[in-house]
Parts: sequence; C-alpha cells; structure tokens
Amino acid sequence: MSDILVFIDHTNGSVAKTASELLTLARSLGGAHAVIAGTSSDLDAAVPSINKFGAQAITLLESNEINNHPSSAIAKAIAELAATLSPKAILLPSTARGKEIAGRLAVRLESGIITDAIGLSSDLVATQSIFGGSTVVHSRVSKGIAIVTIRPNSIEASESPASATINKVPTSVSIGAQITTREPAIRGARPELSEANIIVSGGRGTDGNFAPIEELADVLGAAVGASRAATDAGWYPHSHQVGQTGKTVSPQLYIACGISGAIQHRAGMQTSKTIVVVNKDPEAPIFDIADFGVVGDLFAVAPQATAGIKARKG
Amino acid sequence: MKIVVCVKQVPDSWAEKKLSPDKVLDRASVDAVLNDLDEYAVEEALRIVEANGGAEAGHTITLISMGPERAQEALRKGLSMGADTAIHVQDDALAGSDALSTSRVLAEAIKRENPDLILTGTESTDARMSVIPAMLSERLEISHLSFAGEVAVDVNAKVVKTKRMTDEGVEAMESAMPVIVTVIEKINEPRYPSFKGIMAAKKKSITELALADLGITPTEVGNGGAWSEVKDFALAPARGAGVKISDEGNGGSALVDFLAEKRLI
Repeated sequence: MSDILVFIDHTNGSVAKTASELLTLARSLGGAHAVIAGTSSDLDAAVPSINKFGAQAITLLESNEINNHPSSAIAKAIAELAATLSPKAILLPSTARGKEIAGRLAVRLESGIITDAIGLSSDLVATQSIFGGSTVVHSRVSKGIAIVTIRPNSIEASESPASATINKVPTSVSIGAQITTREPAIRGARPELSEANIIVSGGRGTDGNFAPIEELADVLGAAVGASRAATDAGWYPHSHQVGQTGKTVSPQLYIACGISGAIQHRAGMQTSKTIVVVNKDPEAPIFDIADFGVVGDLFAVAPQATAGIKARKG
Repeated sequence: MKIVVCVKQVPDSWAEKKLSPDKVLDRASVDAVLNDLDEYAVEEALRIVEANGGAEAGHTITLISMGPERAQEALRKGLSMGADTAIHVQDDALAGSDALSTSRVLAEAIKRENPDLILTGTESTDARMSVIPAMLSERLEISHLSFAGEVAVDVNAKVVKTKRMTDEGVEAMESAMPVIVTVIEKINEPRYPSFKGIMAAKKKSITELALADLGITPTEVGNGGAWSEVKDFALAPARGAGVKISDEGNGGSALVDFLAEKRLI
C-alpha cells in the first residue's frame, strides 16, 4: 500500500535533500507515493534519487508551465490526486514552498494541518518542538487527510532501493499570477542554512567583521548564520538570520561566536545536536546551553580553530 | 484603491513563551505586541499609498485583526503608524482557533471590505505556521504573491508586480488585482509612530465584529471546531551546560580537540 503521498521538491529534476528524508519517513508509515510536478525530463532526472529511498509509486503532475506559477497550481493538482487516492497522509517539507502548498491543501481537502513536525508515528501523531525547543508537543490531525510538513534535517534519511511504478497525469495551469523571470541564487560553496549539517554563526561580538566566521565555516564546510543583532545592524543579510524572527535550524553542530544568546536567538538553534560557544562575556546566557564553551575573544579563538582544523586535515 | 493589512497581536518575540494547562499558548504571562513581521506590511501599505497620490487620491488602508480584547492595542499601533481604520473580530467562541478557522474568519471579514490589495507579513512570531496567506488565497480565490522583497503597484492597470526573494533566488512575479501580497522583513524599515500619529490614532475608529456578523457558527471555530488536536505536551529536558573553559591562548585549539573527540571533524 502506497498510502502516504510525499511532495518531492526539485529544481529541473535535481531533487531537494528533504525528499530523501520525507521518503524515509513515509516508508516507516506504510508506503511512499512520490508526487513531483514538472516535465517528463524533470521526472527522468529525478527518478533515480526517488527510487533510492524506496518509493513504491511516482506520480508526475506533468506540465511545462507548472513551475512558472505560484504554488496554487501545484496545490490544486495534488488535491485532485489525493481526492482519487485517499491517502492516509500527505507529507511536505517545512520550507517556504512546502508550507504554502500544505496550507492550500488543507483548505482544498478540508483537512487538518500540522507544520514543522520533527517526527510522525505510525498512528500519525506528530511531534513538534516549539518555542525554540523548550516544549515538545504531540498532536494529530482530527479531520480529513493528515497534512504534515516536516522540518528539514529532523529525519535521518536511509536508503532502501526500489523500482517505483510511474504514472503521468497531464496537468493544466489556469492563468493567474505568473513568474515572469527567475534569477537563481548565486550559490557559493556554502550549504543552505536550513539544510546544513554544520553552522557557524556570528553576532554583536563580530562588530561587523564576519571574516573569521566565514573562514571557520569554510574549513568545516558549514553554512554561515547570524543573530538578529547582526542582521539588524546590516552586517549580514537577513536571509542568514537564525532565531525567533529568522530561521529555525537543527544542525549536527552549531558554533555561536559573539552571540549572547537572548531567547530571540536560542529559539532558532537550541535543538542543534551539539552547541559550541565562543564569547568574551562569561555570563552570556548562551553558555547555559553550550556543550563546549570558550570564554574568549572570537577574533583570537576562531582563527586558531580554523588553523587547527586545516592542520588536521593536512 | 482599498488596501487591507492583516495584523496579529503576539507575545513579544524577546520573551520566553509557554503553553498553559489547556494546551494553548499562555498569552497572559507575557507582554503582547504587534507582530514584528506585520509592521513591514503596514509600512509597505503606507508607502504604496504615499507613492500613488496619498489619501487625497482616494486610497485607504484598513487593518484587520482577530483576537481577544487586548488585540486592539496592536490595531492602535498600526493606526498610529498611519493606517486609516481598523476592524477587530472578537468572539469568545474564537478562543483556540486553528489556522483553518482563523483563515475562514479573516476571509469573511476581508470579503466585506472588498479590497484591491491585501498585505500580510510572512508569519506570526508565535505560531510560526506561515500558512494563513496561502489559505486566504484559496478561500478568496485570488492570487498570492509570497515573499515579496519589492512591491510595485500600477493603480491604473490594476496590476501588482513583486520580486519574490527566497533562498532559491529572486523571481519577478505579477498578478492582476485583487491580490494578496506577503512581504518579507527586508522590504522596508517600519516607521516609529510619531506623537501626532499616536494622538490621531486615538480618534480613529475600530469596528468590532462578532462571528454572527460574519455568518459563521460558533461551533465551527475555536477549540471545538479545530481540525487538529494537541494530545499532550511537556517541557523539553533542559540542556545541561557542558564544558566551559577560559581562553588562555589555546582556546581555539581546545575547541578543535573537542570537535575531534566528538567526531565532528
């Protein structure tokens, strides 16, 4: 039974990391039925990555234009598919796009929605970590199909190769809002913040100089984050803000440099697996949640750490 | 042009939040403020009006909020920034409403106004679901331009163009009005209410609406009408503080040793 629909986000057939996590989760709940929107060539490119994580079926919502429109077109097509398949649940990534589609599905399918879950049990009880990880909540959808968005990085993907049956559904897009041009973000070598395994963040203590933060991040293959104090001061782009009014992240390793740790910031990072802190102020509240803390000047400690890691790597 | 801005009163994002025994956010124990992210939507509405001939040209800004009595404080803040009027949907039956109910109530309140443009922030800093604008788009059957870092309104052609800015990049988007636009925090710098603005806001009217005014039955919303239920909750085990050392010249090396020991490098 492939009774869990999984929305596969992709760019020209290159499948997002969240797909492997959602497919792994769906396998544990029954069977995974992957849904992807785009062209046949997008599908061809995506199938190997989807099969690797054990989908039993793949439905292509086939359209040349669907990705040139906002999420409404995809939501409409998934809702129509769900109406015929009656799945137990629909899983989407808890990303900007995933949540937009999920909200629309809830209205269209008259179904309850849970966002930002970090786990989902076989009886569809979702676990959420809220208020910056201070509270763990268990909840479940009580009406309709369970629509659940899963926070990236919260499920450990595991491979289980399969050969899914493939079904193509021609999908029309009605004229509405349109995307007229698209400039993909210029990706540096650094990973995306919400998907990164390691994040190095800077705050007020950088005094606007993020060079030591970036150098340490690069030697670790990490993403760069920033506190609200740093983004409000214009020292680093808002898109890198971690915290209550920024991104919630949960990496394997979070290194906070020159960040005091107001709840505003902790709310976005305290579910990180390991937290390392560098701060001049021994009383900074962020030390309370640190696995390893160095009371010291980040301009001395971070470069020394960067050099030390380089030396180890040879 | 008629602009509606949806706003919410939330616990201050600098404060610690907790759930109350009845499994909803304890709003009484924390300071309440206008959701930070909604201030950008109010500011953008003011700028759009100012760029298109102001109130003299017949443009108006109406704030809509659903919430308990004290939500009026958030509406007053928006009015003191310069919005013209406000609508407060308040009903005891709304307590504990989920996103589906909230979007339904807001959609009915918006329909009464018949606006050309609806502005919202990206999310409330309390629930952080970020689904209300997309739900409103479905319920009102109008387009949604999300994550707008730039908004340009052509009043005559009734077209709105935005730049959607996300981690994936920048997308130029456009839609005919009416349309819902969600703005991100880098779009502008919200103004502080002036003394004159604060005084003027005290005289501005806030229209009160109850569920009956919107044609919604009380049992359809609130805790009883919710589409999902909280089974239980618990405080997460506190993170114990770990090792803390003082940098005596080898703090960086000690940090590297810790990472190596934990097999993180």
